[in-house]
Amino acid sequence: MMWIAIGVISWLIGWRANVWLAAQPTSRFTTLMVPVIFGLTLVMIWEAAVRGFEISPVLLPAPSVIAVTFVQSLDILWQDFVQTVIKGALSGYILGCGSAFLIAIVIDRFPFLQRGLLPVGNFVAALPIVGMAPILVMWFGFDWQSKAAVVVVMVFFPMLVNTVEGLQATDKMQRDLMRTYASSYMQTLLKLRLPAAMPFIFNGLKITTTLALIGAIVAEFFGSPIKGMGFRISTSVGQLALDLVWAEIVVAAIVGSAFYGGVAKLEKALTFWHPSQRG
Amino acid sequence: MRNLFPILTVVAAIFVIWYGAAVALNAPWAKDQAKRAGVELTFSELVADTWSQKKPKLPAPHQVTAEIWKTTGEMVAKGRAFSKRSLIYHSWITLSATMLGFVMGTGFGILLAIGIVYNRVMDMSVMPWVIASQTIPILAIAPMIIVVLNAVGISGLLPKAMISMYLSFFPVVVGMVKGLRSPDQMQLDQMRTWNATAGQQFWRLRLPSSMPFLFASLKVAMAASLVGAIVGELPTGAVAGLGARLLAGSYYGQTIQIWSALIMAAALAACLVAMIGMIQRMTLKRMGMAQ
Repeated sequence: MMWIAIGVISWLIGWRANVWLAAQPTSRFTTLMVPVIFGLTLVMIWEAAVRGFEISPVLLPAPSVIAVTFVQSLDILWQDFVQTVIKGALSGYILGCGSAFLIAIVIDRFPFLQRGLLPVGNFVAALPIVGMAPILVMWFGFDWQSKAAVVVVMVFFPMLVNTVEGLQATDKMQRDLMRTYASSYMQTLLKLRLPAAMPFIFNGLKITTTLALIGAIVAEFFGSPIKGMGFRISTSVGQLALDLVWAEIVVAAIVGSAFYGGVAKLEKALTFWHPSQRG
Repeated sequence: MRNLFPILTVVAAIFVIWYGAAVALNAPWAKDQAKRAGVELTFSELVADTWSQKKPKLPAPHQVTAEIWKTTGEMVAKGRAFSKRSLIYHSWITLSATMLGFVMGTGFGILLAIGIVYNRVMDMSVMPWVIASQTIPILAIAPMIIVVLNAVGISGLLPKAMISMYLSFFPVVVGMVKGLRSPDQMQLDQMRTWNATAGQQFWRLRLPSSMPFLFASLKVAMAASLVGAIVGELPTGAVAGLGARLLAGSYYGQTIQIWSALIMAAALAACLVAMIGMIQRMTLKRMGMAQ
C-alpha cells in the first residue's frame, strides 16, 4: 500500500514540476530537465508499481533489481559487449558503410548504373533484410564474422542510397563554376561534391547505427558462441532471468545512444558550415 | 519507362551473379560427392549438379522458384492453401500480425503526435525520449515481450503485433509531429481571422497539411512492422509464420526453404509498401496536393 502511495505521489510531483518548468521561458536548463524528470518519474512509478502490486520478477523486475544485476554481472556484460558490439556491429558497420560509400561514387560516375541500381537499391532498402541472418550464419559460421556479415548487408543499401543522393545535391550553377575553373573530375569530386554530400552521408551513417546493432543482436538469435548480447538475451529469457535481460537491454540502449551521439558529434564537427548545423 | 532498360540490366546482372555464386559455393560439395563416388565431373556436369542439390549452400533461383510454387500454387490447386505446409498459410500468419501491429502503432503514434503538438509539457518531456528511443535496438527485447506476455496468458497474434506496433509507432510520431506543425504562421493566422475553433483548425488545416508527411512515415512504419512480426516469430519456437520458417530452415539446414520464406517476405514487403504508395497517390490527388 505504501509503495502505491509513493508511486502516486512521485507521479504528482513529477507532473507538477514539469508543468511548472514548461511554463518557464525556454532555456538550456528547462529543455534538459523536463525530459530527465519525466524519465525519473517513469522509473519511480515502475519501481513503486512492481513493489506495490508485488509483480513477480519473472514478469517485470524492478529498476533497482536491474541496477543491482547490472553492477554484479559487469564482467558478463563487458564480454557480451565486446563480442556483439566491437567485433560484430562495429566491424560490419565500417565495412558496410565504407564499401557502400565507394560503390556510390562508382555509381555516380556512370548514369546508366545510377538509373538501374538506384531503384533496385531503394527497393532492397525497404525489404526485411534481417531475414538474411540465418543464411549468413550458415555461410560464415557461428562466430562474430557472420554477425558482421549481417550488419554489412543491413547497412549497405540505406548508406548507398543516401550517398548517391548526396552526390547529386550540387546544383548546375556550382558544377558549371567548377568547369569554368577547368577543374578535373577528381577536383570537382573532392572540393565540391563530397563536401556538399556530407549532410546526406551523415544522415545515412546515423540511420545505420541502429540497424548495425539490431543486425548484430538478431543474428545471434540464429546461433552464436556462448557469449554475445543476443545470445544472452535469448538464453536468459529461457531461464526466466529477466533482470539479466533488462541489464543487457540497458547496455544496448546506452551503446545505441552513444553510437548515434558519436556520429552526430562527428557530423557537427565536419559540417559546421551547413545551414542545418548553424542555427 | 526511361529507367526500365537499366533496371532490367541490373536485375539480369543480379541473376547472373546469383547463378555464378551458386556454382562457386556449391562446387566443393559436388566435387566431394563425386570423389567419394569415384567419378570425375565434367564442367557441365558440375554446373548441373550445383544447380540441383538438395541442401545447397546457395540454392539457384529456379530451385527457389520451384519451392515457392510447390508451397503456394500447387497447394492452392490441391485445395490445401491453408495447410501448415503451405507458404500462404505462413505468410498469412505474419501478415495478420504485421497489419494488426501497424494499425495499432499508427493509431498510437498519431494520438501521441497530436498530444505533443498541442501540449507543451508533453512536447518537452516525451519528444526527447521518442527520439532517443530510435537509437536503441528495440528488436533486442522482442523475445522478452513474447515470453512475458505468454506468461501472463496472452499468446498468438497479440505479442507479435505488440513488437510490430513498437517498431512502427516511432516513424509515425516523428512524421506526424513534423506534419502537424507544417502549416506556417500565415496560414494559422488566416484560420484565426476566420474565427476558427481549435477543432476546425485541426481538422481543416493541420490534419490535411500533415498528409504527405504521414504517408512518407507510413511506408517506413510498414516495412518496420513486417520486420517486427518476423523477428517476433523467432522465439516462439518456430510454430508458424515466415520467421518460423526461417528458423526451422536454419535448424534443419533447409536452405531452399529459408530462401523461399525470404523471397516471400520480400514480396510481401514490396506489396504492402506499394499499396500505401497507391493510397497515398489517390488521397493526395483527391486533396489536390499531388505533384
